[in-house]
Amino acid sequence: MTDTFKPRDEKDLVEAVRWAISEDHPLEVVGQGSKRDLGRPVQAGHVLDLSGLSGVVSYEPAELVLTVRAGTPIAEVESLVEDSGQELAFEPMDYGPLLGHEPGRGTIGGVVGANLSGPKRLKHGAARDHILGLQAVSGRGEMFKAGGKVVKNVTGYDLPRALCGSWGTLALATEVTFKVLPRAETEATVLLPGLSDAEAVRSLTRAMGSSAEVSAAAHLPRAVAERLEIEGFDGSKDATILRLEGFGPSVDYRFDTLGKLFGGGIATERLDAGVSRALWRAVRDCLPFAGGDTPVWRVSLAPTAGPAFVADLSRVVALDAFYDWSGGLVWLRLKDGEPQAEAVREAVRRAGGGHATLVRASQAVRAGVPVFEPQPKPLGELSRRLKAQFDPSGILNPGRMASGV
Amino acid sequence: MTGIAMPKPSDAVLARRRDIVAALQEIVPGEGVIDADTEMRAYETDGLTAYRQLPLVVVLPETVDQVARILRYCYENDVKVVPRGAGTSLSGGALPLADGVLLSMMKFNQVLEIDYDNRAVVVQPGVTNLGITRAVEEEGFYYAPDPSSQIACSIGGNIAENSGGVHCLKYGLTTNNVLGLQMVLMTGEVIRIGGKHLDSEGYDMLALMTGSEGLLGVVTEVTVRILQSPETARAVLIGFPSSEDSGKCVADIIGAGIIPGGMEMMDKPAIHAAEDFVHAGYPREAEALLIVELDGPEAEVDHLLSRIEEIARANRADTIRVSSSEEERMTFWAGRKAAFPAVGRISPDYLCMDGTIPRKELPKVLAGMRALSEKHGLRVANVFHAGDGNLHPLILYDANKPGELEAAEAFGADILKLCVEVGGVLTGEHGVGIEKRDLMGEMFSEDDLKQQQRVKCAFDEKHLLNPGKVFPTLHRCAELGRMHVHKGKLPFPDIPRF
Repeated sequence: MTDTFKPRDEKDLVEAVRWAISEDHPLEVVGQGSKRDLGRPVQAGHVLDLSGLSGVVSYEPAELVLTVRAGTPIAEVESLVEDSGQELAFEPMDYGPLLGHEPGRGTIGGVVGANLSGPKRLKHGAARDHILGLQAVSGRGEMFKAGGKVVKNVTGYDLPRALCGSWGTLALATEVTFKVLPRAETEATVLLPGLSDAEAVRSLTRAMGSSAEVSAAAHLPRAVAERLEIEGFDGSKDATILRLEGFGPSVDYRFDTLGKLFGGGIATERLDAGVSRALWRAVRDCLPFAGGDTPVWRVSLAPTAGPAFVADLSRVVALDAFYDWSGGLVWLRLKDGEPQAEAVREAVRRAGGGHATLVRASQAVRAGVPVFEPQPKPLGELSRRLKAQFDPSGILNPGRMASGV
Repeated sequence: MTGIAMPKPSDAVLARRRDIVAALQEIVPGEGVIDADTEMRAYETDGLTAYRQLPLVVVLPETVDQVARILRYCYENDVKVVPRGAGTSLSGGALPLADGVLLSMMKFNQVLEIDYDNRAVVVQPGVTNLGITRAVEEEGFYYAPDPSSQIACSIGGNIAENSGGVHCLKYGLTTNNVLGLQMVLMTGEVIRIGGKHLDSEGYDMLALMTGSEGLLGVVTEVTVRILQSPETARAVLIGFPSSEDSGKCVADIIGAGIIPGGMEMMDKPAIHAAEDFVHAGYPREAEALLIVELDGPEAEVDHLLSRIEEIARANRADTIRVSSSEEERMTFWAGRKAAFPAVGRISPDYLCMDGTIPRKELPKVLAGMRALSEKHGLRVANVFHAGDGNLHPLILYDANKPGELEAAEAFGADILKLCVEVGGVLTGEHGVGIEKRDLMGEMFSEDDLKQQQRVKCAFDEKHLLNPGKVFPTLHRCAELGRMHVHKGKLPFPDIPRF
């Protein structure tokens, strides 16, 4: 039988972790459980539900600093900062639709644990680039804080950043401080229709190397674009898209800059703010691959390596793919149902290296196939030593990232 | 030397000095090993010149293999190692140890690869910060973090300190601009993390390494991202009758959704020192001066300049001057960039502090500093990265007057305590090093510091790499690893379970 413990405060949480240590009972750590179907399945008899540690601790828009408890829903945080004309500029993606759940779930703790980001990762970074500080309970059952509540700080090791993407295997954040930024006054998207993957990424590369300050750059081949239903967006052609955000006059000016850059050779269309926002949200949440249960991979590589990687892999595997991060993030949907981990990772290596994460697969598959990129020996050993320093008894999400971590 | 104690040198290691030198000469043949006192003088201090110490021996490897062999030798023979880049640290991060090998990485000075299409540059750690921009500026690119020592400081040192600069509110610190590293652990193992792709696989070792002050590993190769240079940049000088008005203006600019490329504040003593030195045309009557720089597309810069002028007027600004040429923009900056040497002209010595505070606390902190200035009998001038709250008080003293260095250090410590008291931190960009080491307890509890030191244990369980820096108390890893298990407790009867 699985017990679920739901601490009401930090004291409860410390007590729960200490009990788990003393009884040697591993814990599966969840917020709202929105990413439970992501990552390696945890073998634990008990669930630790942190959604009770919720609420805004402080928010000072003029300081660009927000402190919230880790169980606070992302949706609540986003609407709070939006009311002050600000945003979490790393644009945390919502895995819900891709994993077959409703959208809008998830907590700030999950944002940290999964180091979420979105299309603007390219310009503004991921959660790890915006975290400033945190308070957490380690797998030793000790409270600690690290970082600070100001936007510039190098006092001590950067534990807050290092806990981003650790999937709850090192420590459990109870309170997190983020840097927030002003929301763009407006935005527009430049659409280049009908380009092949290789032409598209070349165009994205040129735009990223220009002074147009593109905040996101993606390419949706027709087979992917046509799966989107967004009013004002024509998915019947390959769609190469570049996002411009900022003050009105600046967006218009940079739209012209890109028009001149592509001048003559390529037709450009403009998608205005409403369509642009909807389209980038779809890219962010991988909506083209939402629905169904075929395996989906998220692959990070050097941006220009994207198209060749996809061409290479599609020789051996039937797939759909689209590109974000100017070609450096490839979302793959494998059509025949097999995860093909070795083929995917071999192709990543041939493309010059990077990492591939199996984000959608059945629990049985995720238990057998390395979900995250396996690490070479000295790095893997270092990771295990780090885990042991935070969680020597291995009670926090054991095996969530890899066997032994 | 003043009050900061370094770990007691090991007599056993000192006694083996000749063997150690010989072993290092074996690994790095030729002139890569320096053991004569006169030649080692060049390495006895860094940017924190009040502290000096000759190392056991200096070694300058040229290959990754040599670095790995040096570290493995030192690991096996329990010899401490202090890594060093250009030696510009303002916090004593590269201060040698009497019983430690000083490992200089300055022969690693090559740009290895420039990949414009992926906007990435691969360099060796001894390349200077500005050297990266120099290598790519022809194509219109630059490397964004720009610490004021950028002409001299090395990128390896920037990683160690997580260096910032005047543009970091908009463009981030080193940690936001590094894509990958190759590094050597104390055991001699070589590890590669990241690359030209984004995000790390597994734990974010890049995050741990950046800002680790040379305590976790030795960086042997760095991949950074480069950006296209902004189309244009213009600066505006704004003088205020009080620092409160100036602070309010900064808050209103950010409140209007504007993140300037740079936003610097100076107080009256700093304005006068700079103006006397470089004649930048700063308003002498102003109590506070703001330099706001906007960079980006011309249309945006024009648009925002007019909004900033409005905001400044609404905040009682009595001088507003917008740069009308690149030359004038550089002149506006010349005073700010020369603020440290300018203060150096009016005082034989100065200490540069580096706290960060929530910006709204600026008036309180400035008032507190005036009181502390009287208490310690020393003058202070302030320059301030106003956008991000990073304060650089310059404490003026004369090292030749008995007791003044000690007074300056006590004054500095009081300022940093004040920063922490108002919700800020000890260091925004200069690092803890030895300078702020003994103040760590002001900001962190014993448990906080222990968890940080456990990270050190995962990387360097013998505490051989740069010991004595950052942490006030060195705990053995065995002691840190001990678990206090609370057996026999009832499984939290009160916690809701389902």
